[in-house]
Amino acid sequence: MKFTFKSTVAACALIASSGASWADCGIESGSVRILSNDFEALHAVADAAATCASATVEVTANATEEHKNLQVPALTSNPATYTVAVVASNSILPLLNDDLIRPLDDYVAKWGGQLQENQLIRIDGKIMAIAFMANAQHLFYRKDILEANGIAVPTTYAEMMAAAQKLHDAGVMDTPIASSYMPGWNLAAEFVNSYLSTGNEFFVPGTAELAINNADGLAVLETMKAMTGYMYSDWATYDANSQKPVWEAGEIALAINWGSRAGAFIGDESSAPDIAAQTALAAAPAMSEGGLPSAALWWDGFTIAKNISDEDAEASFRAMMVGVSPEMMAKHADAAVWLIKGYEPTPAAVGVIADVDQGARPYPMVPYMGLLHTALGDNLIEYLQGKESAEQAMADITAAYNAAATEAGYLK
Amino acid sequence: MPHKTFLAFIWPSLLAMILFIAIPIFSVAYQSLFIQHEQVLVTTETCSPFGCKKQVTVDAAEMRRLREEQPMGRYNGLGTYTNSSHLAFDDINEIFRTSQNFGEIRDKIMNLPFYKALIFTLSYTFIVTPLVIVFGFIVAVVVNSLPSLFKGPVIFFSLLPMIVTPLVGALVLYWMIDSRGIIGAALQALFGDPNLSLKASPTLTWVTLFAYGVWHSSPFAFVVFYAGLQTVPADTLESAMVDGANRWERIRFVTLPYLMPLVTFIALMQLMDNFRVFEPIIGFSAAASATSLSYLIYSDLRASDSPLFGSAAATSLLTIIGVIILLMPVLRRNWREFNRKS
Repeated sequence: MKFTFKSTVAACALIASSGASWADCGIESGSVRILSNDFEALHAVADAAATCASATVEVTANATEEHKNLQVPALTSNPATYTVAVVASNSILPLLNDDLIRPLDDYVAKWGGQLQENQLIRIDGKIMAIAFMANAQHLFYRKDILEANGIAVPTTYAEMMAAAQKLHDAGVMDTPIASSYMPGWNLAAEFVNSYLSTGNEFFVPGTAELAINNADGLAVLETMKAMTGYMYSDWATYDANSQKPVWEAGEIALAINWGSRAGAFIGDESSAPDIAAQTALAAAPAMSEGGLPSAALWWDGFTIAKNISDEDAEASFRAMMVGVSPEMMAKHADAAVWLIKGYEPTPAAVGVIADVDQGARPYPMVPYMGLLHTALGDNLIEYLQGKESAEQAMADITAAYNAAATEAGYLK
Repeated sequence: MPHKTFLAFIWPSLLAMILFIAIPIFSVAYQSLFIQHEQVLVTTETCSPFGCKKQVTVDAAEMRRLREEQPMGRYNGLGTYTNSSHLAFDDINEIFRTSQNFGEIRDKIMNLPFYKALIFTLSYTFIVTPLVIVFGFIVAVVVNSLPSLFKGPVIFFSLLPMIVTPLVGALVLYWMIDSRGIIGAALQALFGDPNLSLKASPTLTWVTLFAYGVWHSSPFAFVVFYAGLQTVPADTLESAMVDGANRWERIRFVTLPYLMPLVTFIALMQLMDNFRVFEPIIGFSAAASATSLSYLIYSDLRASDSPLFGSAAATSLLTIIGVIILLMPVLRRNWREFNRKS
């Protein structure tokens, strides 16, 4: 992927330098080196930024799923290997913690005219990143099956499980629900989603002390375990990728998956067009009647490295302004839920927008959240498999988190 | 050989060993004694597309100063080794103090992450290693008795599991045992149980991993034994035949004793290899039911947004100590034989 993508960018750069009809970004000189995750929307952004390449401006991009592991070492070196790091709500934190990215206030004032206020990620008053898209998990459901069985679109987990039970009893499907319950990052994300729905906090405010061992936390665990009863017996191996073929095989009717994948589920290029046509999106179910959706809101944005020359930083910011321009969005409206000015929601964005409208909370941007996420990912599974009690699972999570947070210096 | 000549021969490899083995191990050991600086936390206002909030952030400038003063971090002694993610001394004390009977103690200790991983690692090592030796030997004997016309192709196919990259091999099998895959579906039909899933049950996952381990490593044992079989003296075999030994007795009393040093060699290699079992756990997405020591290291380094180097270093050293303990009996045996010969 990395190589094909690099060559695409190189090809773009070649076309640009040969004087075809590409935007003149007005950059005099500099080097723009982009590091990002590997999915369609980010390719669109990097491709658009690459149109700024000229005889004096070099634009390269590395789109890789390993970006999180590369970014800290790559930006620590001086000069940094990459000038632009495309990050999300969680992956900006290691860069902030290690002081590896520069404030963007001056750049925004000079060249950021196209930006909207809500795109600016401010930490302690300084703009540290520019967000350009939002993402969240939400409900995917089969319109035809729900209608045929007289089931309303579920808004809570209880309703979702009742619907699954009804489908099961009617002999329509054995296990109608799918969610990403693979231990590790995916499973932890589901816990975080549901816990956010309770409105409770993960940590004692102002400290790194864990606060999930309460009635709400236990309720989330119970709900998650109940959900597994309506999932295929291999649920512990499901991540966001493995849901799609099962969905297209028509074996599930209710799924929790990412907004960024909705386009592929409902689009024309789906390998099961009949099912894609009957796939609809709604807000993630709430933990209780009238509660918030069980979804963490995520943003994706870009940051500019600190350890680079001011010339490169300026070139990078201006190239990225072309990368996240309304013109780029016009060409790739379906690729994401854009935060860019003039965005009109597409059918694939319905789910994320429903989450936002119903007040879903953002993924917590505290520096020790990653440690909790890991502890959750490692310690929920035994409870869900029925090998230990919910209280024991909570104790294990707390022990794992405390050990990690102590080593990382957040707890004494 | 004069010491000087010996040194002249050995120094390049000695240098390489110091550079690529001793120094890295020493640096890992040193790293494991340190943890990160205490983070200087400040509460500031953080604004994102979803609104502004008072939130805790790290004072990056202050942390940079601390790190420049002491780049290694805070000295923690053996604290990382004894914390609840590793040897968990405090937790074990607590378990002994509060538990009623042996079963409860065992269950609670098995629930601690390090011991959970250790148990799987040891089970894998001690189940897969002997099976690999046995299967490798059987295949070698069978291939050796084939007509030479078939030998080439059969050897090639027997080696395939070893030629396939471990992770790829694991993934191929993983899809085959899926309930929609050929093995998974066949098993469901065989047992008449449509809900049978090799991936769902922890016990079956362990069995799958063991089976994969044997499948993957047997060719190695086969190759070594097959080479060894070519050197078994024909005279001894013939005289055994004259004495009226049947095929089994010839293998039992001539071939096996002759190949014993090879068994030691394979056991040594396999104990080391299997103790650091890792790829199949990733390939089979088996972390729900089985974790190994190597998996813990991977998880420390990769799962979190910022890696826990001290924790990973401590687990690495504990793994090295584990390998040394495992190899002790085999090495001692070798040492005694060496002394006897000289």
